[in-house]
Amino acid sequence: MQDAFFLVVGSRTCAHLIQSAAGVMIFAEPRFATAIIEERDLAGLADANEELDRVVDRLLERRPDIKLLFLVGSCPSEVIKLDLSRAAARLTAKHNPGVRVLNYSGSGIETTFTQGEDACLAALVPQMAEAAPGAAQSLLIVGALPDVVEDQFRRLFSAMGIDRVEALPARKLVDLPAVGPNTRFLLAQPFLGDTARALEDRGAIRLEALFPFGAEGTTDWLASAAKAFGVSDSLFQQVVTPGRDRAIRALDRVRAELAGKSIFFFPDSQLEVPLARFLSRELGMIPLEVGTPYLHRPHLSRELPLLPSSTRLSEGQDVDRQLDRCREARPDISVCGLGLANPLEMEGLTTKWSIELVFSPVHGFEQAADLAELFARPLNRRHRLSPRMAV
Amino acid sequence: MQLTVWTYEGPPHVGAMRVATAMEGLHYVLHAPQGDTYADLLFTMIERRGKRPPVTYTTFQARDLGTDTAELFKSAVSDAYARFQPQAMIVGASCTAELIQDDPSGLAKALDLPIPVIPLDLPSYQKKENWGASETFHQLVRRLAQPVERAPREGRRPSCNILGPTALGFRHRDDVIEITRLLGRLGVDVNVTAPLGATPADLARLGQADFNVVLYPEIGGSAATLLERVCSQPSVRTVPIGYGATIDFIHEVAALAGVDPSSVQAGSPSRMPWWSRSVDSTYLTGKRVFVFGDATHVIAAARVASEEMGFEVVGMGCYNREFAREVRAAAEKLGIQALITDDYLAVEDAIAALQPELVLGSQMERHIAKRLRIPCAVISAPSHVQDFPARYSPQMGFEGANVLFDTWVHPLVMGLEEHLLHMFRDDFEFNDEAGASHLGGHAASVAPQAVSEPVPAMAVGETQVVTTDLAWAAEAEAELKKIPFFVRGKARRNTERFAAEHGLATISVETLYDAKSHYSR
Repeated sequence: MQDAFFLVVGSRTCAHLIQSAAGVMIFAEPRFATAIIEERDLAGLADANEELDRVVDRLLERRPDIKLLFLVGSCPSEVIKLDLSRAAARLTAKHNPGVRVLNYSGSGIETTFTQGEDACLAALVPQMAEAAPGAAQSLLIVGALPDVVEDQFRRLFSAMGIDRVEALPARKLVDLPAVGPNTRFLLAQPFLGDTARALEDRGAIRLEALFPFGAEGTTDWLASAAKAFGVSDSLFQQVVTPGRDRAIRALDRVRAELAGKSIFFFPDSQLEVPLARFLSRELGMIPLEVGTPYLHRPHLSRELPLLPSSTRLSEGQDVDRQLDRCREARPDISVCGLGLANPLEMEGLTTKWSIELVFSPVHGFEQAADLAELFARPLNRRHRLSPRMAV
Repeated sequence: MQLTVWTYEGPPHVGAMRVATAMEGLHYVLHAPQGDTYADLLFTMIERRGKRPPVTYTTFQARDLGTDTAELFKSAVSDAYARFQPQAMIVGASCTAELIQDDPSGLAKALDLPIPVIPLDLPSYQKKENWGASETFHQLVRRLAQPVERAPREGRRPSCNILGPTALGFRHRDDVIEITRLLGRLGVDVNVTAPLGATPADLARLGQADFNVVLYPEIGGSAATLLERVCSQPSVRTVPIGYGATIDFIHEVAALAGVDPSSVQAGSPSRMPWWSRSVDSTYLTGKRVFVFGDATHVIAAARVASEEMGFEVVGMGCYNREFAREVRAAAEKLGIQALITDDYLAVEDAIAALQPELVLGSQMERHIAKRLRIPCAVISAPSHVQDFPARYSPQMGFEGANVLFDTWVHPLVMGLEEHLLHMFRDDFEFNDEAGASHLGGHAASVAPQAVSEPVPAMAVGETQVVTTDLAWAAEAEAELKKIPFFVRGKARRNTERFAAEHGLATISVETLYDAKSHYSR
C-alpha cells in the first residue's frame, strides 16, 4: 500500500530489528519508524498516550503524504498493555479526515515475521465497506503480491469473464474494496489465518485451493475461482493453457538441476508446506523435513496430502534440535533464516535463505521457474566454484 | 517516547552479544522472545561469521507469561550448559523480559552450575549497545580477573593487554593485527587481547600484563579503569588512529614499557605524510568536512582531517552521549560546536545546512550524503556488510593512516580531474548527464535517484525547500549551466537562498555572482 506508513510502538530492539532485517541495513525509512518507549514512559513519569500522540503529530507533520498510519504493537507494548486500539481511534478522530490510524500487533512473542502481514490485513478488514446485499458475486485476492503478479492474475480472471476482482491489500487506501456475503476470496499465502477469519465474519467465503506456486498450484488456485464463478471448463482450459505450458517448459530447464536433490526446511517463512509440495511434485526434489512455525491445517488441507509420506513434518521452533537433525540428514539444500545460513554453509551445507522467498515475485505461472531458480542457484554456485575454494 | 527512523546503536543486550560472540568458551543465555533472535544475523550476515553467536534465547511465548517463564529460563540455562559446555556463562534479559521481572540472576544462581555464571543487569529502556558491551566486559573482568604477582621487569620483555575489540566492531579485526605488530616491533608482548578471541580463562590471567592498551574506550575503558585499581595496571589511552596519534601512542607505550621508540619511527613507517604533502594533494586544501560517528572515531578523524589532510572541519559530533565531553572539547579546539545527538534527523539537518564537500560518518551519514549528493567515506559503526572487507584494512597504526588517506580521498573529484571535467564538459563522455564515474555511475541525472527513493525523505528539511516564487532569468540559468555539475547544485541553492534573503524576485547573472561573492570563503 503506497500511502501506508508503519509506526512500531516498542523498544530500541524493535528499531534495531527493522534496520537490520535484511542484514545489510535496508533503507526502509520511507515506510517505517519506531516510537521508542523510554524509562520515563514505563515509570509513569510521562503519559504513554500523550507521548504517542506527540510522536504521531511530529511524524504526520513531516510526512503529509501519509494517508494510512498503522500503529504496530510490539513485545514490550503488549507486556505493558498499552492499548493501541484506543490510541488509534483517538488519533483517527484527531487527524480526520486526512489520515486514518489503525493498529495491529507485530509482536514477536507469539508470532513469526510473516504473521505481521496477517495481523495487518486483518486490521484492514473492518475498514472495508459493506457490499450491497444484492451485489454481484466478486472475487477478492488476499495477501500482498507484487503489482506485476497481481496484474497477471487479473488478466487471467478477466479472460475467464470474472470481472469483479479486487485485492487486499489495495494499492491505495481509497481503493480498499467492499466485502459481504457475495465475496469469494482466494488466499495467496498460507499464513493469513486471522485475515481469513475476519473476512468470513463479514460473510465472505474462502475458496479452497492449492497455493499458487508452480504450474500445478497456480492451475488449482485459478480453477477454484473458475468453479465458483461458473466458468466453463473449455474456457478455463483455453485461458490457462498458454501460461501453464510456459511454466512447465520453463520448469523443464531447472528440473535437471534439482531432480533427486534432498531438501530440509527450517521453520521460518510459513511458506514451507506449499513450497515443499511444489519442489517435490514439479521438480522431483525430496523433502526430508518440512519445519514450519505454525501449521495452518485448515488452509493447508489440500496441500498436506500431496507431500511424500516419507517427509517429516515439524511445527514450532527448537533450533538446536532442528540443527542436530539437519546435520544428521545432510540434505543437498537447507532452507533457513539469515541467522543460520552462513554457519551451515561453513559446515559444508548448501543453503537458501527463506526471506528471499517472501520478497521476490514467486507466485503464478510466469514466476514458477524464477521460484525454482531460487533453489537451483545456490547449488549451481557450489558447482561453479572450484573445489579449491572450499573453506 | 522518541520518534526514530534510524538508530545508531542497538539495545544493550546486543552489546553483550558482541562481547560473547567475540569470545571463545563463553555462552550467553538471554531471556527473550522469539522476535529477538533476529540479532544472530547481525553476526552471520553483516560480519559473515561462519558460526552462530553463542547465544541461547529462551523464546518465551505469550501463553507462558504470568505462569512459567522463570522455569523456562532455568531449563534454558541448564540445557545450554549441557549442550555447549562453556567455561563461563553470562545471563540476562532483553527489553521484553526485563518487564516481566523474572530475576535471571537469582534463577541462574539457584542452578548452582560448576562454572562462573555472571548475571548482567542491562537496562534496555535507558542504555544502548556500546554501554551494554562495556558493562558486560566490565562484569566479566570484575568476576574473572585475578590480581597476580608480576615477575620483575629485568630479563623479560614487557607485556600488555589489548582491551576493547569485539565482534561486529568497525575494523576491529584488522586494528588488532596492526597494533599487535606495532607493539611487537617496540619489543612489547601482548598477554591477552579481549574480548576478541579471548576465553574466560584468558580473562583470569589479565593481571599478568604490565599495562593495558585501550583501543576502543567505548567498550574497554571501564574495564581498564577497574584493572588500574584491582591489578595495578596503568592504561595507554591514546587511540592510535591517524599518523600523529600513532606516534603519540608509540611514545605513551614506550614510556610505560621502558623501551626505545626511535627504531619504530625510523624511515617512513607510513606513506601517509608524503601522500598528503605531494603536490597532487593541493586540491584537498581547505575542503569543508563534516564528521559524525562514535566519539573515538570522530575525535581521531577530526584530528586527521585538520592536521594531516589539510581539510577544514566545519562540523563534528557523536551519537554516544557518554563521551560528549571529549567530543565537545575536541570540537572547541577546532573552533566549532559539537553536535551530540542520536537523532538521525538532526544530523541530516546539520549536514544539509552546512553543505560540506566531504562527509566522514557511519553508514547512516553515507545515506544522507548520497541523498544530498555529497561525497562520503565511512569511518565508524554502525556498519554494513561493506564495512567488513575481505582485504586487510585497519584504521589504526601506520597502515591505518594509509587506509584513511585512500578511503577519504577516493570519493572526491581529484584536482586535475576537476579542471578536465570543466574543460571538456560539452564532450559526450564528460557531459553533465554522464555524471562522474566515482559517484556511483550516473549520479548526475535526477531520474535514477527518484526510482531508488520513491517517497520524499522524512527529513530533507527546511534547508532544501526552495521557494518556488523565485524566477531565474534565462541568461542566469545559462550561466549556471556553465558551472561544473558537481558544484552546480550548491551554487543554485546558495543563489536562491541569497535572493530570498534579499527579497529578489528574479535571479539575474548579477545575483548569481553577488551570491558567489557572498558565500565565498
